[in-house]
Amino acid sequence: MRPEFTSPSSSSSSSADRRLNALVRHLATPSMVSQTAVAFSPTSGFHGDSVFSHVVRAPEDPILGVTVAYNKDPSPVKLNLGVGAYRTEEGKPLVLNVVRKAEQMLLNDKSRVKEYLPIVGIAEFNKLSAQLIFGADSPAIRENRVTTVQCLSGTGSLRVGAEFLARHYHQKTIYIPQPTWGNHPKVFTLAGLSVKTYRYYDPTTRGLNFQGLLEDLGSAPSGSIVLLHACAHNPTGVDPTLQQWEQIRQLMRSKALLPFFDSAYQGFASGNLDEDAQSIRMFVTDGGECFVAQSYAKNMGLYGERVGALSVVCTAADVASKVESQLKLVIRPMFSNPPIHGASIVATILKDSNMFNEWTIELKAMADRIISMRKQLFDALRARGTPGDWSHIIKQIGMFTFTGLNSKQVEFMTREYHIYMTSDGRISMAGLSSKTVPHLADAIHAAVTRMT
Amino acid sequence: MAIRRAMSGRIMDRTAVVGARYMSSWWRSVQPAPKDPILGVTEAFLADQSPDKVNVGVGAYRDDNGKPVVLECVREAERRIAGNLNMEYLPMGGSVKMVEETLKLAYGENSELIKEKRIAAVQALSGTGACRLFADFQKRFCPDSQIYIPVPTWANHHNIWRDAQVPQKTYHYYHPESKGLDFAAMIDDIKNAPNGSFFLLHACAHNPTGVDPSEEQWREISHHIKAKGHFAFFDMAYQGFASGDPEKDAKAIRIFLEDGHHIGIAQSYAKNMGLYGQRVGCLSVLCEDEKQAVAVKSQLQQLARPMYSNPPVHGAVIVSTILSDPDLKKQWLKEVKVMADRIIGMRTALRGNLEKLGSPLSWQHITNQIGMFCYSGLTPEQVDRLTNEFHIYMTRNGRISMAGVTTGNVKYLANAIHEVTK
Repeated sequence: MRPEFTSPSSSSSSSADRRLNALVRHLATPSMVSQTAVAFSPTSGFHGDSVFSHVVRAPEDPILGVTVAYNKDPSPVKLNLGVGAYRTEEGKPLVLNVVRKAEQMLLNDKSRVKEYLPIVGIAEFNKLSAQLIFGADSPAIRENRVTTVQCLSGTGSLRVGAEFLARHYHQKTIYIPQPTWGNHPKVFTLAGLSVKTYRYYDPTTRGLNFQGLLEDLGSAPSGSIVLLHACAHNPTGVDPTLQQWEQIRQLMRSKALLPFFDSAYQGFASGNLDEDAQSIRMFVTDGGECFVAQSYAKNMGLYGERVGALSVVCTAADVASKVESQLKLVIRPMFSNPPIHGASIVATILKDSNMFNEWTIELKAMADRIISMRKQLFDALRARGTPGDWSHIIKQIGMFTFTGLNSKQVEFMTREYHIYMTSDGRISMAGLSSKTVPHLADAIHAAVTRMT
Repeated sequence: MAIRRAMSGRIMDRTAVVGARYMSSWWRSVQPAPKDPILGVTEAFLADQSPDKVNVGVGAYRDDNGKPVVLECVREAERRIAGNLNMEYLPMGGSVKMVEETLKLAYGENSELIKEKRIAAVQALSGTGACRLFADFQKRFCPDSQIYIPVPTWANHHNIWRDAQVPQKTYHYYHPESKGLDFAAMIDDIKNAPNGSFFLLHACAHNPTGVDPSEEQWREISHHIKAKGHFAFFDMAYQGFASGDPEKDAKAIRIFLEDGHHIGIAQSYAKNMGLYGQRVGCLSVLCEDEKQAVAVKSQLQQLARPMYSNPPVHGAVIVSTILSDPDLKKQWLKEVKVMADRIIGMRTALRGNLEKLGSPLSWQHITNQIGMFCYSGLTPEQVDRLTNEFHIYMTRNGRISMAGVTTGNVKYLANAIHEVTK
């Protein structure tokens, strides 16, 4: 007879009971235990099955997978034009001088501790981030109608905003541009929104399909959420003009469509922070409401520190306050409170006018280098007589160029020329240098002439 | 008519703002959320002007002067890192080095399971992030499962599994009369739960009660969980902090591993490395074999990508710098022991003071319980009196963060507790 474990009748085990139980356990042989195990639990056992046996391997992330493949390639001429991370002329990652300075200041400040931040993050960081994107003189800020919460870069800001919308907004559909950053659909779907698309990119002109955009937004149900890239559209680099933005704004307001801006490249597009925020500011000046996800990954080079902010512009201060309290309920069960390091660096820089100026200069230098790469690539293709119109390379804005190459051509370029890029033909201009432009131009030329 | 025209004239002035909803908000119906019960305590404490105020609310370590501590090993690691780290994106699964070192802490320095690559592990946003990632993973791959959560537990556990949309049940844990473990009822709940349920276990230093099963009790818990084919998920937020010895604090986990369970673990460096605001942690899931571990890890990454893409680098590099340098690691172990010992000392002092005051109640549980928290047994009304009359701040469930007790305030605290309980 198999000895039973006696549960102690009193609620706290007396030591006698404990000793007895320990004895009993030693007496119960493995075979006796496994008999019980087999009888009750088909999913456990000694060399047991896992409850997660059925989990299959997920496909590589299409964007991050590019770098994985690049890293495996032994070729000395390989070029990584995948991930949108800035590289210097020497092909190296860049930590801005002003960031290093801020880091040192933080390190030397012995009074700094690593305590938990409040759920919404660093107050100063939030305030300065709102000022950066909306303008220090923004009426929305003056009237306390903005709530800003620190989040994990752009991704985290989008996710927190989307979760809030899924819980509190009456419309659960978000319209995203076709195409958009590969991670957008999943962010919104996992947050509980359903995703539809609106026409954006026109492959024939390699520019904006403005008519299609207006039509699709025009036929969206009233109140729908609309994702807008504030500037430097990813992956196409195609941005509306200011006039087009104004038309978009009017249409959206007339249909009560809710704007959700993704601002990942402020300062990186034109080289000017205010200019790159124009689209967003239009939507705030008109007194309406919007969501803004801000990232410091690229424009401050803080990629891995995951620094960002979600702002919600409301029509009244008390509303903004209530919204903030609900945002906290989204954040607490996700990560409790945001990471301190990167946001501290940002706050240090933004609040010091000298450091802020230094930053704008370094930012402009990065943006200018990218603009120069565009020119060089365009010239190189023209010099080679590569068939086709390549003017989109200099017309498109920001870190990426949507080359218009198809996936077969991309595959060819990877195979023959060791050029790594996403299969949609997007190249990160930030990964180019004067030295490597000729190689890329050769590759494009070959792909276009030999593969159609 | 004239009035309407005048009004519409004003509105027409704002033709530039076609269609703007400047009169009403979409969010008018949003209710103000209740304050977080734990973090709200610190807010209230900060607002209090009294010179006698004591904060024994949130579980963040304080030294004997009541000051937050940055460990020396952390300062040294930061000195080494500063100026040298580029801030490139980590992979979605985080810092490989940090994760490797972290697994050793939980599974054992020379764990065969690590050598066999059977553990799917990713860097996570501290303990919260690790639990949430697991909850999302559980929802996606075992959609019909439910999670059993101890009563009581860290309040945020409920929020995490709720937001992951995993149905939750509770199991008996704390026994108020003895201020110890309700072991019989806990075992009953394990036996009565449907086969293949998921059980959330605190690996050591249970939060908020400080009541941990004994080693023998853990063995029985393991046996019964196994018999029912349940999944054991460990939240280990206090490794090293409970006894002062990280190996000892991992005992429960090691018992389950010996018994062949395929467990999951959420690990946090918030307390034991004092990295709170850096949000450094790790989620691991033990699998049948390497192939499955690769699959599970890839799926965990799929859940992280639409949440935050990849985890923050700074805190992770601090951890891997410390743990991969034998001298720094030794220093860390020393500093953890100092923190744990101070807390154990304060437990003794608080109990001693209460007994000296002639309290009619038993305060044995103060020294029986382990880790950062003491479940005092105070009622919400008594807690309110402590706050209102004595400026002592704690959560209303009577949980005292022993880390906030110092030689400077322990007498005052004992006095106040005696006053409201005599």
